[in-house]
Amino acid sequence: MTKLTFLNARIVDPETNEINIGGLVVEDGRITKHLPKDAPRLTSGRVIDCHLKYLAPGIVDLGVKVCEPGDRHKESYRSAGQAAAAGGITTMVTRPDTEPAIDSPETLEFVTRRANEVAPVNVLPMAALTKGREGREMTEIGFLMDAGAVAFTDCDRVVTDTKVLSRALTYARSLDALVIAHPQDPGLSRGAAATSGKFASLRGLPAVSPMAERMALDRDIALIEMTGARYHADQITCARALPALERAKANGLDITAGTSIHHLTLNALDVADYRTFFKLKPPLRDEQDRLAVAEAVKNGLIDVISSMHTPQDEESKRLPFEEAASGAVALETLLPAAMRLYHAGLIDLPTLWRAMSLNPAKRLGLESGRLHVGSPADLVLFDPDVPFLMDRATLRSKSRNTPFDGARMQGKVLATYVAGTCVYETS
Amino acid sequence: MTFPHRHLLGIEALRPEEITTLLDLADTYAALNRQPDKHADALAGLTQINMFFENSTRTQASFEIAGKRLGADVMNMAMQASSVKKGETLIDTALTLNAMHPDLLVVRHPHSGAVDLLAQKVNCAVLNAGDGRHEHPTQALLDALTIRRAKGRLHRLSIAICGDIAHSRVARSNIMLLGKMENRLRLIGPPTLMPSGIAEFGVEVFDSMEDGLKDVDVVMMLRLQKERMDGGFIPSEREYYHRYGLDAEKLKHAKPDAIVMHPGPMNRGVEIDGTLADDINRSVIQDQVEMGVAVRMATMDLLAQNLRLTRAEPA
Repeated sequence: MTKLTFLNARIVDPETNEINIGGLVVEDGRITKHLPKDAPRLTSGRVIDCHLKYLAPGIVDLGVKVCEPGDRHKESYRSAGQAAAAGGITTMVTRPDTEPAIDSPETLEFVTRRANEVAPVNVLPMAALTKGREGREMTEIGFLMDAGAVAFTDCDRVVTDTKVLSRALTYARSLDALVIAHPQDPGLSRGAAATSGKFASLRGLPAVSPMAERMALDRDIALIEMTGARYHADQITCARALPALERAKANGLDITAGTSIHHLTLNALDVADYRTFFKLKPPLRDEQDRLAVAEAVKNGLIDVISSMHTPQDEESKRLPFEEAASGAVALETLLPAAMRLYHAGLIDLPTLWRAMSLNPAKRLGLESGRLHVGSPADLVLFDPDVPFLMDRATLRSKSRNTPFDGARMQGKVLATYVAGTCVYETS
Repeated sequence: MTFPHRHLLGIEALRPEEITTLLDLADTYAALNRQPDKHADALAGLTQINMFFENSTRTQASFEIAGKRLGADVMNMAMQASSVKKGETLIDTALTLNAMHPDLLVVRHPHSGAVDLLAQKVNCAVLNAGDGRHEHPTQALLDALTIRRAKGRLHRLSIAICGDIAHSRVARSNIMLLGKMENRLRLIGPPTLMPSGIAEFGVEVFDSMEDGLKDVDVVMMLRLQKERMDGGFIPSEREYYHRYGLDAEKLKHAKPDAIVMHPGPMNRGVEIDGTLADDINRSVIQDQVEMGVAVRMATMDLLAQNLRLTRAEPA
């Protein structure tokens, strides 16, 4: 029986919404006991003095792109797993938008095998909702669930045919499967590289109104009302979409929503002189939208913060802005970026961990994301205050397309534990 | 230094006094260009490469003549026909050319920001000859020079820009330049061809020519691209001409001495009446072409002076 004791930690508990000084005892990968502030030193097993640093549940990151199969040179399960561990992420929920898409039990098994072989953190795969993510025929949702798929999503492709989507939602409902969608009206957002407004017009970039997000969310809400499906919107990024989400929740629909760490910490002006590392999907929004979305995370309307980790190689980013690929890596920068929200006084630590850990775990039916006795000992020890200059060359991801390169950041992961085993420690 | 810029990527980075410096120099070149002997040696020994990733006859010819009159070795590269077709990226193309030690690169590209990107990768002076819908600085400068010569000043004028503002780099550069020089700007066009957030640019926006042209000193027409005419942005060519095409009737709303401008090439009978375009009492369209060469000579002269200064400095 392995035993591990954490002492003298500030324990961030998203369930109780409290930060208390104390300790935790971990035995055989699970939390078995909470210790008070001045507990006597135990002699059995390994003891870690946290020196009043913060101990929280490991992050459950919903929507990580690992580029296997297809583009292993951009990101492999090994590199993504190491980056996740260094970022305090103990569970990666991976996206099926690979080449080919994860849309059959066979491809899903390949992913699961690769992940188990080389990734030091938990990996839970999602599968496509429609075959080839083409929006025409639903995938084998039942078989895929048996093979371990935790949710179904066509990622950034929107199922435009409402008949196809309503059937997929109805079928998913019968299996109690979670469907994740990308609310973005495909017609209105076609060809867009930026959010419409003064900045996009000045830079001469094709742009989309944030209304495209609300329109697609409205449509999806009608379909959930019709089918009763379990639904999660991957990224809600603008103020205009929030009232619709609020009404849907108030009406008792089984709906949750996420947002990306980039939309919470950056805005459209950060693109500046066509910096393609800031090209995201959906595009970065106005500052008012950013603040409205942060407020929605704070009050719980938006449930989940994700990294939306999307590796892109140099070639696909070193292009004119319109032609460059979208997306940013974020496994290692999620926690320090989230600390910007904490230091700015926008969102406190327990609320951040509710959105980064407890809520995604709950939504996927996982035991993690919590600290009560019996929970898996997936933990992150961090210091929210330590300042550093972000250098993308230090990232563990194979792709280093981070918008935070050269940025001043605060907050570092000190150690990460998965089921009581240390998978990362700062030197 | 009166013009402290390494490149000319847009009007955005220029200050009003720098614009004046440039236009003053362009005036002297306009005079030179009317002499029988049109040669100067400001660019002697320098190599100018025109890289056009998008078709252009007029702008490319204008830059070529400007370079040759100043004594540069000028080379034209039709980028659509060359390595771009073979899959070479913009940056690789830039690095390849850079290795041949050009001094002035004149670049046109269909994507906004592409010329900025290229300028980061080369160590010569880069002139933006139009990038996507972003900027076309020499066009705005030649328009400014034309206005200044016709009106005797480049401030406190009421200027209307009419047509497809949304897709026009000429409009953006002109809005910036004329705004910097403290003119009153009125944008006229169908709302489908107006960029979003335009009201924040410090301009007045109209969707009727009659209202918009009221008492203006200058009417700038924009070219309507053929591909925008087929029901996507406007219902039809003939309805557009009826509502937004400039003719003598609509021009009556402007000041009696208002001048008519067009960056060319014109679609006669779509955005402008042919007779009006040829009316030497109103139209300054041919002057714009003439000033184009002068402005491009001035721009390259100033950038070359900076280039020589930088190179003379000990490393």
